[in-house]
Amino acid sequence: MAETTYSAEDFAPAPALASVQGISRPSLSYWQDAWLRLKANRRALYSLYIVIALLAFTLVGPVVWNIDPALQDLQQISQAPQADRNATIIEPYKPWDGADAPMVARLRLAEPPTTQAVRLVWGALPGAAGYRLYRNIFPVGEERAYGLPLFETLDPAKHHFEDRLDLRPQTYFYSVVALDGQGRLTDAFETVEAEVRRVITVEEAEAMGLAEAGQALAPGDRIKLQAHPLGTDYLGRDMLARLMAGARVSLFIGLVAPLIFIAFGVAYGAAAGFFGGWMDQALMRFSDFVVALPFLLFMILIRVISGVQPGESGVAPMVLAMVLLSWPATARLVRGQILQIREEGYISASQLLGAGAPYLVLRHMIPNTLGVILVTLTFAVPTAIFTEAFLSFIGMGVAPPTASWGSMCNEGIKTMLTHPHELIFPALFISITVLAFNLLGDGLRDALDARMRSRE
Amino acid sequence: MLRYAFKRLMQGIITVFFIATATFFGMHSVPGDPLANDKAMTEKIRANLEVKYGLDKPLLSQYGIYMGNLLRGDFGISYTQENRRVNDIIREHFPVSATLGILAIAFAGLGGVLWGALTALYRNRLPDLVIMLLVILGISVPSFVFAALGQLLLVNLNDQFGFSLLPVAGWGTVAHMLAPSLVLGLGTMAYLTRLMRSSMLEIINADFIRTAKSKGLPATRIFTHHQLRNAILPVITVLGPSIAAITTGGFVVEMLFAIPGLGRYFVQAVQQLDYTVIMGTTVFYGAFLVFMVIVVDLLYGLIDPRVRLE
Repeated sequence: MAETTYSAEDFAPAPALASVQGISRPSLSYWQDAWLRLKANRRALYSLYIVIALLAFTLVGPVVWNIDPALQDLQQISQAPQADRNATIIEPYKPWDGADAPMVARLRLAEPPTTQAVRLVWGALPGAAGYRLYRNIFPVGEERAYGLPLFETLDPAKHHFEDRLDLRPQTYFYSVVALDGQGRLTDAFETVEAEVRRVITVEEAEAMGLAEAGQALAPGDRIKLQAHPLGTDYLGRDMLARLMAGARVSLFIGLVAPLIFIAFGVAYGAAAGFFGGWMDQALMRFSDFVVALPFLLFMILIRVISGVQPGESGVAPMVLAMVLLSWPATARLVRGQILQIREEGYISASQLLGAGAPYLVLRHMIPNTLGVILVTLTFAVPTAIFTEAFLSFIGMGVAPPTASWGSMCNEGIKTMLTHPHELIFPALFISITVLAFNLLGDGLRDALDARMRSRE
Repeated sequence: MLRYAFKRLMQGIITVFFIATATFFGMHSVPGDPLANDKAMTEKIRANLEVKYGLDKPLLSQYGIYMGNLLRGDFGISYTQENRRVNDIIREHFPVSATLGILAIAFAGLGGVLWGALTALYRNRLPDLVIMLLVILGISVPSFVFAALGQLLLVNLNDQFGFSLLPVAGWGTVAHMLAPSLVLGLGTMAYLTRLMRSSMLEIINADFIRTAKSKGLPATRIFTHHQLRNAILPVITVLGPSIAAITTGGFVVEMLFAIPGLGRYFVQAVQQLDYTVIMGTTVFYGAFLVFMVIVVDLLYGLIDPRVRLE
């Protein structure tokens, strides 16, 4: 074996290579890393966009669509979105005496029907001692569904009627039914279809600001009524404006209540976890008691106790009740985290360097639980929105005229069959908001907390 | 086990005691008083009524009387319905709510376990995707919308078939119970499905499943005896809180389906500020929920021998 000889060069230090020493990729903080993870999660990212869009809808929306949500448009009640909004200018209403109308053989319209008035004349029905007049929005059909009774007379000579009752631009079916001497319905009836046209007088149009500047309106002119992109509700209020006003209430409760109760829960849990011992025991026993309270019963009870009378809006008591009842879950979570962190090496190091208790809690413990807290917050928002909607729906939340998505659903459900849009829009907003926050919460949990990462 | 059960029971009783106390003092701190609703009332009538309802006594002795009556199971007399005892109201209306709730829990539990297991077995295939989409809907749509849509669907179906398939509202027969309990259980079912799916996925590749497969057990037996039994445990733990959610969710469903249950009665009592009925139903529901949670926790110990009840 040959002897190896070493020269002095072999013992010279190797040149320092930058490529070996340097960190090749930028160093990422916890939050930067979480943000990258969140961005990679498509579902969570889209949910984040939806949440931002909802906030814009609530805050910027009323500036763009500047309509008073309580303003009633009586010309367009329960109007579906995209409905025809043409109207014809007409002379002001003049009383009509149908007695002068010529005798006719069958029930018919004396004049073209308009939303101002529908004028009907009919001839004698066989054996009639009187008449009753009905209006229906569906054809009468075999089961003789005449509809809404409008008028009754026991004078067989009467043969005209003027309907001015809450007329809408749609098709009506009028029926006149013969009555016998005792005022009972007989089988003899006639029916007529009336396609009612929307009309508006010059005065009304001017009062609503429909006429363009300098435009002189004359009877017979066509005019467009106010636009309502999402239609109107049963009182003729603009749905879009109401949804924006409702978003303010729903999102306010949905965001503010969780923020407060989570802040409280963090303080409470941190105190319990940091001090430990009998203090921890006492604090946690109390939180166990609050958890055991039936949530919705006490939500309602707190509302009653705060002196909110039935029919009054109680936004503040609702937030208060949510705060009083919801904090224990956060407190328990934060306490567990703090108990864990308390044993970490960096806490001992910090203590050795002379850190006091407040410094430890505020600078080390709470920042290290912030990820978990943020996830809890995201999941608390949909729950709070649901609770608000639920309470407003059963009439224990906000009361008219204040709008919230829940109370709008409550109103919409009554006209669900004829005007479904009044229910669908607020329900859709609730669902989308809850869904977006839930998916965002899932994404945040995956991004922020390695231990709670879902296994899907 | 027995000691643990006893301890939990005592804790439950203390909680109920606190609920009753909080409710009593809460309701007595409400501004205004329960007799203020009747307008025309002379001093004499008022004094007589106060004596009748015991409102002339000091607050603490009222509290003593109230708690004494509670111990004997007496909730008092309604303020708005003459001479009607709160006990009678609860006795009459609670069985209805309980039936509805039990059916809803049954729907939610069975459905959740079944769908959850199915989605886990068909992971990332069509049944999984379809069911998970429905689950997302179930979690994000409020129960009252389901109730309304369910009724709408029933109306249309009844119309299509030309006879009444299921009644749209009301109470009395089994047919009346199906639609509302399904609607009531839907949200919980969606939640349980999600839970069951993730718990099943955790187990599906566990060592003991591989062992069962390798010793040649048929797939159905592995499913029923090994996968289902292990995956079902987390579902049972959340059943307790679910009972609370379903009981209160019943308020809306009872209102919309015109069911004469206690939930609807409670909402009505709050609207009329009927103090004794509000206190009675709160304490009753509170006690019921507290003990249901305890029962579920104890059951969990029986079903899963690995769980040591401390």
